[in-house]
Amino acid sequence: MLKLRDVKAYYQTPKAVIQAVDGVTLDVFENEILGIAGESGCGKSTLLKVLYDSVQPPLKIVSGELTAEMKDENGQTVLLGPGEIRNHWWRFISYIPQGSMSVLNPVIKIETQFFDAISKKHNLNNKKEMHERIAAYLKELDLPVEVLNSYAHQLSGGMRQRVLVALGTFLHPQIVLADEPTTALDVVIQKSILLMLMEVQQRMKNSLVIVSHDMGVHYQITNRIAIMYAGKIVEVGPTEQVFNNPKHPYTQMLIQSLPHVGDRGERKGISGRPPSLIDPPKGCRYAARCPFVMDRCRETSPELIEVEPNHFAACYLNEMKGA
Amino acid sequence: MQKMRNILRLNRRLQVGSILILIFLIFGLVLPRFSPYNAIDWNVVPRNLPASKVHIFGTTSLGQDTFWLLTFAIQNSLFIGVIVAFFSTAIGVLAGLTAGYAGGVVDRVLSLLMDVFISVPSLPILILVASLLQGKTSLLTIGIALIVFNWPWPARQVRAIALSMREREFINTARFSGKGTLGIVVYEIFPYIFNWSVANFVNTVLVAISTESALAVIGLSSVQQATLGTMIYWALQYQGILGKKWYWIGSPVVAIVILFIALFLASTGFAEYSAEKRGRQSA
Amino acid sequence: MSDLLLEVKDVTKSFRIGGLVFGTELLALDHVTLSLDKQKPSIMSIVGESGSGKTTLAKLILKLHEPTSGDILLDGKSIYSAEHGLDHLDYLRAVQPIFQNPFETFSARKPVETYLYDTALKLKVAKNKNEARDVIAAALTSVGLDLNVAKGKYAHQFSGGELQRISIARGLIPRPKLIVADEPVSMIDASLRMNIVNLFLQLKEMYKVSFIYITHDLSTAYYMSDFIGVMYRGNLVEYGASDEILTNPQHPYTQLLLDSVPMVGKKWTRDIKAPDVELKEYQATACKFAGRCPFVRDICRETKPPMVTIDGIRQALCYKPVDYEPGRTTVKSETIAAS
Repeated sequence: MLKLRDVKAYYQTPKAVIQAVDGVTLDVFENEILGIAGESGCGKSTLLKVLYDSVQPPLKIVSGELTAEMKDENGQTVLLGPGEIRNHWWRFISYIPQGSMSVLNPVIKIETQFFDAISKKHNLNNKKEMHERIAAYLKELDLPVEVLNSYAHQLSGGMRQRVLVALGTFLHPQIVLADEPTTALDVVIQKSILLMLMEVQQRMKNSLVIVSHDMGVHYQITNRIAIMYAGKIVEVGPTEQVFNNPKHPYTQMLIQSLPHVGDRGERKGISGRPPSLIDPPKGCRYAARCPFVMDRCRETSPELIEVEPNHFAACYLNEMKGA
Repeated sequence: MQKMRNILRLNRRLQVGSILILIFLIFGLVLPRFSPYNAIDWNVVPRNLPASKVHIFGTTSLGQDTFWLLTFAIQNSLFIGVIVAFFSTAIGVLAGLTAGYAGGVVDRVLSLLMDVFISVPSLPILILVASLLQGKTSLLTIGIALIVFNWPWPARQVRAIALSMREREFINTARFSGKGTLGIVVYEIFPYIFNWSVANFVNTVLVAISTESALAVIGLSSVQQATLGTMIYWALQYQGILGKKWYWIGSPVVAIVILFIALFLASTGFAEYSAEKRGRQSA
Repeated sequence: MSDLLLEVKDVTKSFRIGGLVFGTELLALDHVTLSLDKQKPSIMSIVGESGSGKTTLAKLILKLHEPTSGDILLDGKSIYSAEHGLDHLDYLRAVQPIFQNPFETFSARKPVETYLYDTALKLKVAKNKNEARDVIAAALTSVGLDLNVAKGKYAHQFSGGELQRISIARGLIPRPKLIVADEPVSMIDASLRMNIVNLFLQLKEMYKVSFIYITHDLSTAYYMSDFIGVMYRGNLVEYGASDEILTNPQHPYTQLLLDSVPMVGKKWTRDIKAPDVELKEYQATACKFAGRCPFVRDICRETKPPMVTIDGIRQALCYKPVDYEPGRTTVKSETIAAS
């Protein structure tokens, strides 16, 4: 559905150039939940903006290809590139942001926001009919219809996020992008929203891309996971495989460091810090913190290679074992 | 050396504003010492002379050299401006910090005072007071009145800043480091208010000078003294506009305008500069 | 002299929200009782979601608010009254905080070390600047940092992890008996989090200091604590040794929390309870969890559940362990019906 080939997207400011997405090759397939995992500053939010075709200065796609395959009303496949994808927001591709209070307009009712977002390009001007359709959809998602008549500040954080999920999926888009959809929400509500997203995806059989720093969230709901580090994808593959058999040292150490309830064994964090995105090192970005680092790693940056069917990792260790 | 280079990197506004202010300071503080006349006395020179090498801006209908009179006027206006600004900012900041940080009854009382003085329109009251004291108003009286009406403005805003700062986590850190209330106010809260106080000071200079000038133009200031406002007053009394006495009436007006522009540029330039400095500090 | 380091005695804290005339009372803490033993340094986690009261409890222990009723004792003396209770200076030397956001913990306008010097000098740990420097250098070393590297720098010149370590070092200077840490690692990246958590464990042994660790993260709470208290809407609903609480919870809410945490290694079961009801739950006169509890019975909605003691140590604010019989407050774990 979405193909990125060696995409580089940088923030170009007068003081410095931030190489937030630095050569990413990634596919988003039909009918899957893809997770993009990484810590703060790795570039995952920028990657999402690129996928959503929401690239504005100082952010610029410097090189690489982004192609989207959209099925139009007649069922024909249309190829879209950057600049064109944005003409099909809400219907082909939608975006659920984090920070729901700053996303919903505080002075208009929720229902009006639905209308605003939806009716512009789709000639659906019959308000009453739209209201019924929206209300029906809310009911499917187990949301009380009264929210339509409320203002954003009258709803709790969890309710607002659910409204955003409804808003983002109402027109049954083929791709849904969610940026940290449950950060800052309580655990119990988080679970209900994540389950809601899963249900919606299963019903519509579309693609859901979730960005989160919480590995537990990825484990629970994604089919495939891509690990991002310092602007690059270092590992990608089916979720169970990546968690059970990680092939990149960063992934390995990250997963090992997570404490579990029921297991008191010692956990260690990773020492050091991720490299600056303004002046990244020339070799592998993880070299400075990697316990298995070799000379080669400091010279050149490894590419993603297939280590198991559909499981890719960017690490020279995998090449050495002859795998 | 680094500091010198930093100063030279000040933004354009601040540079221009500072230079203009410097010119005014020279005009107002240095030049009057060189004046060959006591510029306030009448009839020291022939009246209504046009501009010449001896009298750069000509002379007034009262027999004063316009140019040297202007320097005295600038001096007095600057004095009023700076003294009023200094005291009202000092009192305002102190009151605001106390009210904001201490809270409780102290805050209520101070806030009441602030609200009273802010809601009372100062210019009409000043006009009223000045006309009642017709003839006996001195610059001192006006100065005090201006201070009384001006301190609530910085006080209110400083109070708001202090109130919001009270809840910041580093105040708690300071408490747990053993700092007392006074220490916290001075070392933790004040640095956030400082830049703002400087901008406020400059604005108050503007307000003080303009209010005094406004009173002077309608004859309610101390017209025996030379200020920019009284200069305009006297020029108007002697048909400055109809009589085309451009230097006499024009120079104080132009001076006020340029002074305002200079202060404005310096104030906004400083705000930009300190924001930039902080911006360069972060990340 | 008591053998309890910290005693939170029947503390209630209410706030008035919504204005003087038409506002309502919000019970942020509802008769909470907890204690920490003196003999061995221990780590107690207080877990709960937003609105549970855990942060309010931390603020009360840190003397940033006063309780509406009840008292908090440190070493047998009340921390609030100056005459009969604990001297303020003694209090500051005994209890120190670590806050959630390291960049908010220090003012952006001063070098970070000024706080360290203040703590050393004003809390009478050092007599002059030279002594203070040694004390500070030692504290920084114990958290893995070097004084020379930290000299003269401002908060924004450090990373989050480094700054949090400095915050911890500052708290250690007076050799406190208790450190209250409010979500100290939630703003730190996952891969670096365990470094700080392990540091807490090391410091507990090295300095014999106890911690109260406020968090919503059950995994780190389990990893580092000896005891866990679970809070819900102002009530302490369960308390006990962390091993037992999280592997065999007695309160339905604790069970709900455990089921909701996205853990690696065990997939979720799909049932999830109805959404939040908030204000009504705070004001409920009976069990506040009744509206969402899968095991609720009439008695839960009518009267407040008792604090049931299980095996003498564990506690749960619930009717379920006592088979919904009013009046019973102690139980042995063997007799608890299988849920």
